[in-house]
Amino acid sequence: MATQGLTTDLPVLGRLRRQGLMVGAAGLILGAIGAFAQPDQFMPAWLIGFTFCLGLSLGCLAMLMIQHMSGGRWGLVARRVFEAGSRLLPYCLLLYIPIGVMLPKLYIWARPAAVQADHILVLKQPYLNVPFALVRAAIYFGVWIFCMWHLNRWSVRQDRGEVAVTPADMRRFRVISAPGLLAYVILMTFASVDWLMSLDPRWYSTIFGFIVVVGQGLAALSLAAVSLALLAPYDPLARYLKPVHVHDIGKLTLAFVMLWAYMSFSQFLIIWAGNLPEEIPFYLVRMRSGWQYVSLLLALGHFALPFCLLLSRDLKRHPRLLARVALFILAMRLLDLIWIVAPNFNQNGFPIHWMDVSIPVGLAGVWVFLFAAAGH
Amino acid sequence: MADPALHGVLAEFDNPTSLLNAAHKAREAGYRDLDAFTPYPIEEISDAIGFHDRRLSKIVLGGGLAGMLAGYGLQYWVHAVTYPINVAGKPPNSWPQFVPVTFELTILFSALAAVIGMIVLNGLPMPYHPVFNVPRFSNASRDRFFLLVEATDPKFDRKQTMDFLKTLQAREVSEVEP
Repeated sequence: MATQGLTTDLPVLGRLRRQGLMVGAAGLILGAIGAFAQPDQFMPAWLIGFTFCLGLSLGCLAMLMIQHMSGGRWGLVARRVFEAGSRLLPYCLLLYIPIGVMLPKLYIWARPAAVQADHILVLKQPYLNVPFALVRAAIYFGVWIFCMWHLNRWSVRQDRGEVAVTPADMRRFRVISAPGLLAYVILMTFASVDWLMSLDPRWYSTIFGFIVVVGQGLAALSLAAVSLALLAPYDPLARYLKPVHVHDIGKLTLAFVMLWAYMSFSQFLIIWAGNLPEEIPFYLVRMRSGWQYVSLLLALGHFALPFCLLLSRDLKRHPRLLARVALFILAMRLLDLIWIVAPNFNQNGFPIHWMDVSIPVGLAGVWVFLFAAAGH
Repeated sequence: MADPALHGVLAEFDNPTSLLNAAHKAREAGYRDLDAFTPYPIEEISDAIGFHDRRLSKIVLGGGLAGMLAGYGLQYWVHAVTYPINVAGKPPNSWPQFVPVTFELTILFSALAAVIGMIVLNGLPMPYHPVFNVPRFSNASRDRFFLLVEATDPKFDRKQTMDFLKTLQAREVSEVEP
Protein backbone atom coordinates (compact mmCIF):
# COMPACT_ATOMS: atom_id res chain seq x y z
CA MET A 1 0.00 0.00 0.00
CA ALA A 2 2.61 2.44 1.11
CA THR A 3 5.10 1.87 -1.67
CA GLN A 4 2.42 2.13 -4.31
CA GLY A 5 1.16 5.36 -2.80
CA LEU A 6 4.64 6.74 -3.33
CA THR A 7 5.13 5.62 -6.90
CA THR A 8 1.79 5.91 -8.65
CA ASP A 9 0.74 9.20 -10.18
CA LEU A 10 -3.02 9.16 -10.25
CA PRO A 11 -4.95 11.24 -12.80
CA VAL A 12 -6.91 12.77 -9.95
CA LEU A 13 -3.68 14.20 -8.51
CA GLY A 14 -2.77 15.69 -11.88
CA ARG A 15 -6.18 17.33 -12.07
CA LEU A 16 -5.79 18.61 -8.51
CA ARG A 17 -2.37 20.07 -9.39
CA ARG A 18 -3.75 21.90 -12.43
CA GLN A 19 -6.74 23.21 -10.49
CA GLY A 20 -4.54 24.29 -7.59
CA LEU A 21 -2.15 26.05 -9.93
CA MET A 22 -4.96 27.83 -11.78
CA VAL A 23 -6.68 28.99 -8.59
CA GLY A 24 -3.32 29.95 -7.13
CA ALA A 25 -2.31 31.95 -10.18
CA ALA A 26 -5.70 33.69 -10.43
CA GLY A 27 -5.72 34.60 -6.74
CA LEU A 28 -2.17 35.85 -6.74
CA ILE A 29 -2.57 37.90 -9.94
CA LEU A 30 -5.62 39.55 -8.38
CA GLY A 31 -3.56 40.02 -5.24
CA ALA A 32 -0.70 41.62 -7.20
CA ILE A 33 -3.11 44.04 -8.85
CA GLY A 34 -4.55 44.81 -5.42
CA ALA A 35 -1.09 45.36 -4.00
CA PHE A 36 -0.66 48.31 -6.36
CA ALA A 37 -4.22 49.61 -6.08
CA GLN A 38 -4.53 49.36 -2.29
CA PRO A 39 -1.13 48.57 -0.75
CA ASP A 40 -2.47 48.88 2.81
CA GLN A 41 -4.75 45.88 2.29
CA PHE A 42 -2.02 43.60 1.03
CA MET A 43 -0.21 42.55 4.23
CA PRO A 44 -3.37 41.79 6.28
CA ALA A 45 -4.63 39.62 3.43
CA TRP A 46 -1.24 37.93 3.20
CA LEU A 47 -1.33 37.24 6.95
CA ILE A 48 -4.76 35.57 6.55
CA GLY A 49 -3.40 33.42 3.72
CA PHE A 50 -0.29 32.56 5.71
CA THR A 51 -2.24 31.48 8.81
CA PHE A 52 -4.66 29.46 6.66
CA CYS A 53 -1.89 27.51 4.88
CA LEU A 54 0.03 27.14 8.13
CA GLY A 55 -3.13 25.74 9.73
CA LEU A 56 -3.37 23.06 7.05
CA SER A 57 0.28 22.04 7.34
CA LEU A 58 0.58 22.22 11.12
CA GLY A 59 -2.77 20.52 11.59
CA CYS A 60 -1.46 17.70 9.41
CA LEU A 61 1.73 17.51 11.48
CA ALA A 62 -0.26 17.43 14.73
CA MET A 63 -2.63 14.76 13.43
CA LEU A 64 0.34 12.75 12.18
CA MET A 65 1.95 12.86 15.62
CA ILE A 66 -1.36 12.00 17.33
CA GLN A 67 -1.71 9.10 14.92
CA HIS A 68 1.76 7.81 15.79
CA MET A 69 0.89 8.00 19.49
CA SER A 70 -2.62 6.59 19.38
CA GLY A 71 -2.56 4.23 16.42
CA GLY A 72 -5.97 3.29 15.08
CA ARG A 73 -7.38 2.59 11.66
CA TRP A 74 -8.39 6.24 10.98
CA GLY A 75 -4.73 7.18 11.18
CA LEU A 76 -3.63 4.31 8.98
CA VAL A 77 -5.64 5.47 5.97
CA ALA A 78 -5.13 9.20 6.56
CA ARG A 79 -1.41 9.00 7.39
CA ARG A 80 -0.24 9.67 3.80
CA VAL A 81 -2.48 12.72 3.63
CA PHE A 82 -1.07 14.07 6.89
CA GLU A 83 2.50 13.35 5.80
CA ALA A 84 2.01 15.09 2.47
CA GLY A 85 0.40 18.07 4.19
CA SER A 86 3.09 18.37 6.84
CA ARG A 87 5.82 18.35 4.17
CA LEU A 88 4.59 21.79 3.05
CA LEU A 89 5.82 23.47 6.26
CA PRO A 90 8.83 24.93 4.37
CA TYR A 91 6.33 26.57 1.99
CA CYS A 92 4.66 28.14 5.05
CA LEU A 93 8.06 29.35 6.23
CA LEU A 94 8.47 30.98 2.83
CA LEU A 95 5.09 32.69 3.30
CA TYR A 96 6.22 33.99 6.68
CA ILE A 97 9.25 35.83 5.25
CA PRO A 98 7.27 38.83 3.86
CA ILE A 99 5.51 39.08 7.23
CA GLY A 100 8.82 39.00 9.09
CA VAL A 101 10.19 41.74 6.83
CA MET A 102 7.06 43.89 7.02
CA LEU A 103 6.25 43.52 10.74
CA PRO A 104 5.66 47.29 11.24
CA LYS A 105 3.03 47.24 8.48
CA LEU A 106 0.97 44.73 10.46
CA TYR A 107 1.73 45.25 14.13
CA ILE A 108 1.51 48.46 16.13
CA TRP A 109 4.11 47.13 18.59
CA ALA A 110 6.67 46.99 15.77
CA ARG A 111 6.41 50.76 15.18
CA PRO A 112 8.74 52.58 17.60
CA ALA A 113 6.81 55.88 17.43
CA ALA A 114 3.50 54.21 18.26
CA VAL A 115 5.08 52.28 21.14
CA GLN A 116 6.54 55.44 22.70
CA ALA A 117 3.09 57.05 22.60
CA ASP A 118 1.45 54.24 24.56
CA HIS A 119 2.62 53.34 28.06
CA ILE A 120 1.11 49.81 27.92
CA LEU A 121 3.04 49.04 24.75
CA VAL A 122 6.24 50.22 26.40
CA LEU A 123 5.57 47.78 29.24
CA LYS A 124 4.92 44.97 26.76
CA GLN A 125 8.05 45.72 24.78
CA PRO A 126 10.30 43.08 26.44
CA TYR A 127 8.17 40.46 24.69
CA LEU A 128 6.62 42.32 21.76
CA ASN A 129 9.64 43.65 19.88
CA VAL A 130 10.91 42.98 16.37
CA PRO A 131 14.19 41.05 17.00
CA PHE A 132 12.65 38.77 19.65
CA ALA A 133 9.57 38.15 17.45
CA LEU A 134 11.82 37.03 14.59
CA VAL A 135 13.88 34.78 16.89
CA ARG A 136 10.68 33.21 18.18
CA ALA A 137 9.41 32.62 14.64
CA ALA A 138 12.70 30.92 13.81
CA ILE A 139 12.36 28.67 16.89
CA TYR A 140 8.75 27.74 16.03
CA PHE A 141 9.56 26.80 12.47
CA GLY A 142 12.79 25.10 13.51
CA VAL A 143 11.04 22.74 15.93
CA TRP A 144 8.08 22.04 13.64
CA ILE A 145 10.21 21.37 10.58
CA PHE A 146 12.54 19.19 12.68
CA CYS A 147 9.60 16.96 13.73
CA MET A 148 8.13 16.93 10.22
CA TRP A 149 11.46 16.08 8.60
CA HIS A 150 12.26 13.13 10.86
CA LEU A 151 8.77 11.61 10.78
CA ASN A 152 8.67 11.81 6.98
CA ARG A 153 12.23 10.58 6.48
CA TRP A 154 11.68 7.45 8.60
CA SER A 155 8.36 6.80 6.91
CA VAL A 156 9.92 6.96 3.44
CA ARG A 157 12.66 4.58 4.60
CA GLN A 158 10.06 2.09 5.75
CA ASP A 159 8.23 2.38 2.44
CA ARG A 160 11.38 1.70 0.48
CA GLY A 161 11.96 -1.38 2.61
CA GLU A 162 15.30 -0.10 3.89
CA VAL A 163 14.24 -0.84 7.45
CA ALA A 164 11.84 -3.50 8.67
CA VAL A 165 8.58 -2.28 10.17
CA THR A 166 9.10 -3.62 13.67
CA PRO A 167 7.78 -2.37 17.00
CA ALA A 168 11.31 -1.21 17.79
CA ASP A 169 11.39 0.83 14.60
CA MET A 170 7.92 2.30 15.20
CA ARG A 171 9.09 3.40 18.62
CA ARG A 172 11.27 6.07 16.99
CA PHE A 173 8.17 7.77 15.62
CA ARG A 174 6.75 7.97 19.11
CA VAL A 175 9.98 9.31 20.56
CA ILE A 176 9.58 12.32 18.25
CA SER A 177 5.78 12.53 18.39
CA ALA A 178 5.24 12.66 22.15
CA PRO A 179 7.47 15.66 22.90
CA GLY A 180 6.60 17.00 19.41
CA LEU A 181 2.90 17.25 20.27
CA LEU A 182 3.66 19.02 23.51
CA ALA A 183 6.05 21.40 21.77
CA TYR A 184 3.55 22.02 18.97
CA VAL A 185 0.76 23.09 21.34
CA ILE A 186 3.02 25.28 23.48
CA LEU A 187 4.79 26.90 20.52
CA MET A 188 1.54 27.40 18.60
CA THR A 189 0.07 29.15 21.64
CA PHE A 190 2.98 31.59 21.58
CA ALA A 191 2.81 31.85 17.80
CA SER A 192 -0.90 32.70 17.92
CA VAL A 193 -0.06 35.51 20.34
CA ASP A 194 2.75 36.76 18.09
CA TRP A 195 0.94 36.56 14.76
CA LEU A 196 -2.76 37.02 15.52
CA MET A 197 -3.56 38.18 19.03
CA SER A 198 -0.97 40.96 19.07
CA LEU A 199 -2.60 42.59 16.04
CA ASP A 200 -4.47 44.35 18.85
CA PRO A 201 -1.70 44.48 21.47
CA ARG A 202 -4.01 45.62 24.25
CA TRP A 203 -6.32 42.64 23.92
CA TYR A 204 -5.66 39.26 25.47
CA SER A 205 -7.44 35.97 25.89
CA THR A 206 -5.79 32.96 27.49
CA ILE A 207 -7.82 30.42 25.49
CA PHE A 208 -6.99 32.03 22.15
CA GLY A 209 -4.02 29.75 21.41
CA PHE A 210 -6.16 26.67 21.87
CA ILE A 211 -8.84 28.03 19.54
CA VAL A 212 -6.16 28.39 16.86
CA VAL A 213 -4.75 24.90 17.60
CA VAL A 214 -8.20 23.29 17.41
CA GLY A 215 -8.90 25.17 14.18
CA GLN A 216 -5.73 23.73 12.69
CA GLY A 217 -6.69 20.20 13.73
CA LEU A 218 -10.13 20.70 12.21
CA ALA A 219 -8.60 21.97 8.96
CA ALA A 220 -6.35 18.90 8.73
CA LEU A 221 -9.23 16.49 9.38
CA SER A 222 -11.38 18.22 6.76
CA LEU A 223 -8.46 17.99 4.35
CA ALA A 224 -8.18 14.27 5.10
CA ALA A 225 -11.90 13.77 4.47
CA VAL A 226 -11.69 15.56 1.11
CA SER A 227 -8.50 13.72 0.09
CA LEU A 228 -9.91 10.30 0.99
CA ALA A 229 -13.04 10.99 -1.06
CA LEU A 230 -10.88 12.03 -4.04
CA LEU A 231 -8.54 9.04 -3.76
CA ALA A 232 -11.16 6.43 -2.78
CA PRO A 233 -11.92 5.16 -6.32
CA TYR A 234 -8.25 4.44 -7.07
CA ASP A 235 -5.76 1.81 -5.97
CA PRO A 236 -4.30 1.38 -3.41
CA LEU A 237 -7.00 3.06 -1.35
CA ALA A 238 -9.87 1.41 -3.23
CA ARG A 239 -8.82 -1.95 -1.81
CA TYR A 240 -8.49 -0.79 1.80
CA LEU A 241 -10.91 2.04 2.41
CA LYS A 242 -14.08 0.93 4.16
CA PRO A 243 -17.03 2.93 5.50
CA VAL A 244 -15.65 2.50 9.05
CA HIS A 245 -12.51 4.47 8.12
CA VAL A 246 -14.53 7.34 6.69
CA HIS A 247 -16.83 7.10 9.69
CA ASP A 248 -13.88 7.54 12.07
CA ILE A 249 -12.66 10.65 10.23
CA GLY A 250 -16.23 11.97 10.29
CA LYS A 251 -16.53 11.38 14.03
CA LEU A 252 -13.24 13.18 14.70
CA THR A 253 -14.37 16.08 12.49
CA LEU A 254 -17.58 16.34 14.50
CA ALA A 255 -15.58 16.30 17.74
CA PHE A 256 -13.31 19.11 16.50
CA VAL A 257 -16.28 21.18 15.28
CA MET A 258 -17.72 20.91 18.80
CA LEU A 259 -14.37 21.62 20.45
CA TRP A 260 -13.91 24.76 18.33
CA ALA A 261 -17.40 25.96 19.25
CA TYR A 262 -16.84 25.12 22.93
CA MET A 263 -13.60 27.10 23.11
CA SER A 264 -14.81 30.01 21.00
CA PHE A 265 -17.93 30.31 23.09
CA SER A 266 -15.94 30.07 26.34
CA GLN A 267 -13.82 32.99 25.18
CA PHE A 268 -16.90 34.97 24.22
CA LEU A 269 -18.84 34.19 27.41
CA ILE A 270 -16.01 35.13 29.77
CA ILE A 271 -15.22 38.37 27.95
CA TRP A 272 -18.91 39.23 27.60
CA ALA A 273 -19.62 38.56 31.28
CA GLY A 274 -16.52 40.39 32.47
CA ASN A 275 -17.13 43.38 30.18
CA LEU A 276 -13.67 44.79 30.94
CA PRO A 277 -12.34 47.72 28.89
CA GLU A 278 -9.18 45.83 27.79
CA GLU A 279 -11.06 42.73 26.63
CA ILE A 280 -14.47 43.72 25.32
CA PRO A 281 -13.38 45.84 22.29
CA PHE A 282 -12.52 42.61 20.45
CA TYR A 283 -16.19 41.68 20.39
CA LEU A 284 -17.57 45.22 20.18
CA VAL A 285 -15.74 45.70 16.88
CA ARG A 286 -17.08 42.37 15.62
CA MET A 287 -20.67 43.23 16.57
CA ARG A 288 -21.11 46.33 14.44
CA SER A 289 -20.60 47.86 10.97
CA GLY A 290 -21.41 44.64 9.15
CA TRP A 291 -19.15 42.36 11.18
CA GLN A 292 -22.13 41.15 13.22
CA TYR A 293 -23.38 39.29 10.15
CA VAL A 294 -19.99 37.62 9.71
CA SER A 295 -20.02 36.65 13.40
CA LEU A 296 -23.50 35.18 12.99
CA LEU A 297 -22.45 33.35 9.84
CA LEU A 298 -19.52 31.85 11.76
CA ALA A 299 -21.75 30.67 14.60
CA LEU A 300 -24.13 29.05 12.11
CA GLY A 301 -21.67 27.87 9.47
CA HIS A 302 -18.67 26.95 11.58
CA PHE A 303 -20.74 25.23 14.24
CA ALA A 304 -24.52 24.81 13.91
CA LEU A 305 -24.78 23.55 10.34
CA PRO A 306 -21.79 21.14 10.29
CA PHE A 307 -22.75 19.95 13.78
CA CYS A 308 -26.28 19.03 12.73
CA LEU A 309 -25.11 17.45 9.46
CA LEU A 310 -22.33 15.44 11.10
CA LEU A 311 -24.74 13.99 13.65
CA SER A 312 -25.97 11.75 10.86
CA ARG A 313 -24.27 8.36 10.86
CA ASP A 314 -25.03 7.75 7.19
CA LEU A 315 -23.42 11.04 6.15
CA LYS A 316 -20.26 10.26 8.13
CA ARG A 317 -19.95 6.90 6.36
CA HIS A 318 -20.42 8.37 2.87
CA PRO A 319 -17.05 9.65 1.51
CA ARG A 320 -18.42 12.14 -1.02
CA LEU A 321 -21.06 13.64 1.26
CA LEU A 322 -18.54 13.95 4.09
CA ALA A 323 -16.10 15.61 1.68
CA ARG A 324 -18.69 18.25 0.81
CA VAL A 325 -19.24 19.09 4.46
CA ALA A 326 -15.46 19.13 4.92
CA LEU A 327 -14.99 21.57 2.03
CA PHE A 328 -17.61 23.82 3.61
CA ILE A 329 -15.78 23.62 6.96
CA LEU A 330 -12.52 24.60 5.22
CA ALA A 331 -14.26 27.66 3.77
CA MET A 332 -15.47 28.48 7.28
CA ARG A 333 -11.92 28.07 8.62
CA LEU A 334 -10.85 30.79 6.18
CA LEU A 335 -13.77 32.97 7.25
CA ASP A 336 -12.79 32.47 10.91
CA LEU A 337 -9.25 33.69 10.20
CA ILE A 338 -10.58 36.66 8.21
CA TRP A 339 -12.85 37.40 11.17
CA ILE A 340 -9.86 37.37 13.54
CA VAL A 341 -7.48 39.43 11.37
CA ALA A 342 -9.45 41.80 9.16
CA PRO A 343 -11.43 43.85 11.76
CA ASN A 344 -8.09 45.14 13.08
CA PHE A 345 -7.50 46.90 9.77
CA ASN A 346 -10.91 47.42 8.27
CA GLN A 347 -13.37 48.77 10.79
CA ASN A 348 -15.36 50.97 8.43
CA GLY A 349 -17.24 50.23 5.27
CA PHE A 350 -17.80 46.76 3.89
CA PRO A 351 -16.35 44.32 6.41
CA ILE A 352 -14.44 41.92 4.16
CA HIS A 353 -12.11 43.35 1.56
CA TRP A 354 -11.92 41.39 -1.69
CA MET A 355 -8.19 40.92 -1.23
CA ASP A 356 -8.83 39.24 2.13
CA VAL A 357 -10.37 36.44 0.10
CA SER A 358 -8.37 36.44 -3.13
CA ILE A 359 -4.87 36.29 -1.63
CA PRO A 360 -5.61 33.50 0.89
CA VAL A 361 -7.42 31.51 -1.82
CA GLY A 362 -4.44 32.05 -4.12
CA LEU A 363 -1.93 30.95 -1.49
CA ALA A 364 -4.12 27.97 -0.62
CA GLY A 365 -4.29 27.10 -4.33
CA VAL A 366 -0.51 26.95 -4.48
CA TRP A 367 -0.62 24.89 -1.27
CA VAL A 368 -3.00 22.40 -2.92
CA PHE A 369 -0.75 22.25 -5.99
CA LEU A 370 2.27 21.41 -3.84
CA PHE A 371 0.17 19.02 -1.76
CA ALA A 372 -0.91 17.05 -4.83
CA ALA A 373 2.68 17.11 -6.09
CA ALA A 374 3.93 15.83 -2.71
CA GLY A 375 1.72 12.75 -3.10
CA HIS A 376 4.24 10.98 -5.30
CA MET B 1 -40.30 -23.90 9.62
CA ALA B 2 -40.47 -22.37 13.09
CA ASP B 3 -39.98 -24.85 15.88
CA PRO B 4 -41.81 -24.09 19.14
CA ALA B 5 -39.90 -26.80 21.02
CA LEU B 6 -36.69 -24.80 20.78
CA HIS B 7 -35.61 -21.21 21.46
CA GLY B 8 -32.98 -21.48 18.75
CA VAL B 9 -29.57 -22.77 17.86
CA LEU B 10 -26.38 -21.31 19.31
CA ALA B 11 -22.99 -21.42 17.62
CA GLU B 12 -19.77 -20.70 19.49
CA PHE B 13 -16.73 -19.02 17.90
CA ASP B 14 -13.14 -18.42 18.97
CA ASN B 15 -12.71 -14.91 17.62
CA PRO B 16 -14.72 -11.94 16.38
CA THR B 17 -13.64 -12.45 12.76
CA SER B 18 -15.22 -15.90 12.52
CA LEU B 19 -18.34 -14.57 14.25
CA LEU B 20 -18.65 -11.69 11.77
CA ASN B 21 -18.00 -14.04 8.88
CA ALA B 22 -20.64 -16.50 10.17
CA ALA B 23 -23.18 -13.71 10.69
CA HIS B 24 -22.64 -12.48 7.10
CA LYS B 25 -22.97 -16.02 5.75
CA ALA B 26 -26.14 -16.61 7.76
CA ARG B 27 -27.67 -13.39 6.39
CA GLU B 28 -26.73 -14.46 2.87
CA ALA B 29 -28.31 -17.87 3.45
CA GLY B 30 -31.56 -16.08 4.25
CA TYR B 31 -31.66 -16.17 8.06
CA ARG B 32 -33.17 -13.05 9.58
CA ASP B 33 -33.81 -13.61 13.31
CA LEU B 34 -30.19 -13.50 14.45
CA ASP B 35 -28.57 -12.36 17.67
CA ALA B 36 -24.94 -12.18 18.72
CA PHE B 37 -23.17 -12.21 22.09
CA THR B 38 -19.62 -11.00 22.57
CA PRO B 39 -17.37 -10.28 25.58
CA TYR B 40 -16.74 -6.73 24.37
CA PRO B 41 -18.48 -4.40 21.90
CA ILE B 42 -17.83 -5.13 18.23
CA GLU B 43 -18.93 -2.23 16.10
CA GLU B 44 -19.56 -4.12 12.86
CA ILE B 45 -21.77 -6.78 14.44
CA SER B 46 -25.02 -4.81 14.31
CA ASP B 47 -24.69 -4.47 10.53
CA ALA B 48 -23.65 -8.10 10.21
CA ILE B 49 -26.76 -9.50 11.94
CA GLY B 50 -28.95 -6.96 10.15
CA PHE B 51 -29.91 -4.93 13.20
CA HIS B 52 -31.48 -1.69 11.99
CA ASP B 53 -33.41 -0.53 15.04
CA ARG B 54 -32.92 3.24 15.24
CA ARG B 55 -35.51 3.91 17.93
CA LEU B 56 -32.86 4.65 20.56
CA SER B 57 -31.35 7.53 18.51
CA LYS B 58 -34.76 9.16 18.34
CA ILE B 59 -35.31 8.73 22.07
CA VAL B 60 -31.90 10.32 22.78
CA LEU B 61 -32.63 13.20 20.41
CA GLY B 62 -35.94 13.75 22.15
CA GLY B 63 -34.23 13.68 25.54
CA GLY B 64 -31.63 16.17 24.37
CA LEU B 65 -34.22 18.61 23.02
CA ALA B 66 -36.26 18.28 26.22
CA GLY B 67 -33.14 19.03 28.29
CA MET B 68 -32.36 22.05 26.13
CA LEU B 69 -35.83 23.50 26.58
CA ALA B 70 -35.87 22.66 30.29
CA GLY B 71 -32.45 24.26 30.84
CA TYR B 72 -33.23 27.46 29.02
CA GLY B 73 -36.79 27.59 30.32
CA LEU B 74 -35.70 27.20 33.92
CA GLN B 75 -33.23 30.08 33.67
CA TYR B 76 -35.57 32.28 31.69
CA TRP B 77 -38.35 31.71 34.20
CA VAL B 78 -36.12 32.43 37.19
CA HIS B 79 -34.09 35.36 35.79
CA ALA B 80 -36.54 37.09 33.51
CA VAL B 81 -39.99 36.29 34.92
CA THR B 82 -40.15 35.55 38.62
CA TYR B 83 -37.03 37.10 40.14
CA PRO B 84 -35.25 39.53 37.83
CA ILE B 85 -32.02 40.93 39.32
CA ASN B 86 -29.85 43.51 37.63
CA VAL B 87 -26.40 41.89 37.32
CA ALA B 88 -23.76 44.24 35.89
CA GLY B 89 -26.43 46.07 33.89
CA LYS B 90 -27.13 43.05 31.71
CA PRO B 91 -30.66 42.38 30.49
CA PRO B 92 -32.69 39.82 32.48
CA ASN B 93 -32.85 37.45 29.51
CA SER B 94 -29.07 37.24 28.89
CA TRP B 95 -28.78 34.28 26.55
CA PRO B 96 -24.96 33.96 26.60
CA GLN B 97 -25.08 33.44 30.36
CA PHE B 98 -27.75 30.75 29.95
CA VAL B 99 -25.84 28.65 27.43
CA PRO B 100 -23.67 26.59 29.85
CA VAL B 101 -26.59 25.35 31.96
CA THR B 102 -28.69 24.77 28.83
CA PHE B 103 -25.83 22.75 27.38
CA GLU B 104 -25.32 20.73 30.57
CA LEU B 105 -29.00 19.86 30.87
CA THR B 106 -29.07 18.86 27.19
CA ILE B 107 -26.25 16.40 27.87
CA LEU B 108 -27.78 15.18 31.14
CA PHE B 109 -31.22 14.57 29.63
CA SER B 110 -29.83 12.84 26.54
CA ALA B 111 -27.61 10.62 28.70
CA LEU B 112 -30.54 9.69 30.92
CA ALA B 113 -32.72 9.10 27.86
CA ALA B 114 -29.99 6.88 26.38
CA VAL B 115 -29.62 4.74 29.51
CA ILE B 116 -33.31 4.45 30.34
CA GLY B 117 -34.28 4.00 26.68
CA MET B 118 -31.65 1.27 26.29
CA ILE B 119 -32.93 -0.58 29.39
CA VAL B 120 -36.57 -0.34 28.29
CA LEU B 121 -35.91 -1.32 24.65
CA ASN B 122 -33.81 -4.28 25.78
CA GLY B 123 -36.67 -5.45 27.96
CA LEU B 124 -34.53 -5.30 31.10
CA PRO B 125 -34.65 -6.41 33.83
CA MET B 126 -35.07 -9.87 32.38
CA PRO B 127 -34.77 -12.58 35.06
CA TYR B 128 -34.89 -15.46 32.59
CA HIS B 129 -33.38 -15.87 29.13
CA PRO B 130 -33.19 -19.24 27.34
CA VAL B 131 -29.57 -18.84 26.13
CA PHE B 132 -28.35 -19.41 29.67
CA ASN B 133 -29.64 -22.98 29.36
CA VAL B 134 -26.49 -23.66 27.34
CA PRO B 135 -23.79 -24.19 29.99
CA ARG B 136 -20.97 -22.91 27.79
CA PHE B 137 -22.78 -19.60 27.28
CA SER B 138 -21.14 -18.14 30.41
CA ASN B 139 -18.01 -17.87 28.26
CA ALA B 140 -19.72 -15.08 26.33
CA SER B 141 -18.57 -12.74 29.06
CA ARG B 142 -15.04 -14.16 28.94
CA ASP B 143 -13.43 -15.11 25.61
CA ARG B 144 -16.05 -16.68 23.33
CA PHE B 145 -18.29 -15.22 20.64
CA PHE B 146 -21.80 -16.58 20.07
CA LEU B 147 -24.27 -16.40 17.20
CA LEU B 148 -27.89 -17.31 17.89
CA VAL B 149 -30.39 -18.27 15.20
CA GLU B 150 -33.81 -17.96 16.78
CA ALA B 151 -36.50 -20.55 16.19
CA THR B 152 -38.90 -17.81 15.10
CA ASP B 153 -36.88 -17.46 11.90
CA PRO B 154 -39.00 -18.56 8.92
CA LYS B 155 -36.05 -20.51 7.52
CA PHE B 156 -35.31 -22.21 10.85
CA ASP B 157 -35.01 -25.98 10.86
CA ARG B 158 -33.45 -27.82 13.80
CA LYS B 159 -31.23 -30.11 11.74
CA GLN B 160 -30.49 -27.98 8.70
CA THR B 161 -29.65 -24.88 10.73
CA MET B 162 -27.30 -26.83 12.99
CA ASP B 163 -25.57 -28.39 9.99
CA PHE B 164 -25.31 -25.00 8.33
CA LEU B 165 -23.71 -23.40 11.40
CA LYS B 166 -21.23 -26.27 11.65
CA THR B 167 -19.96 -25.41 8.15
CA LEU B 168 -19.02 -21.90 9.39
CA GLN B 169 -16.07 -23.04 11.54
CA ALA B 170 -18.15 -22.93 14.69
CA ARG B 171 -16.31 -24.43 17.62
CA GLU B 172 -19.49 -25.95 18.93
CA VAL B 173 -23.17 -25.75 17.97
CA SER B 174 -25.85 -26.39 20.57
CA GLU B 175 -29.62 -26.36 20.78
CA VAL B 176 -31.15 -23.79 23.11
CA GLU B 177 -34.08 -25.06 25.23
CA PRO B 178 -36.88 -22.51 25.55
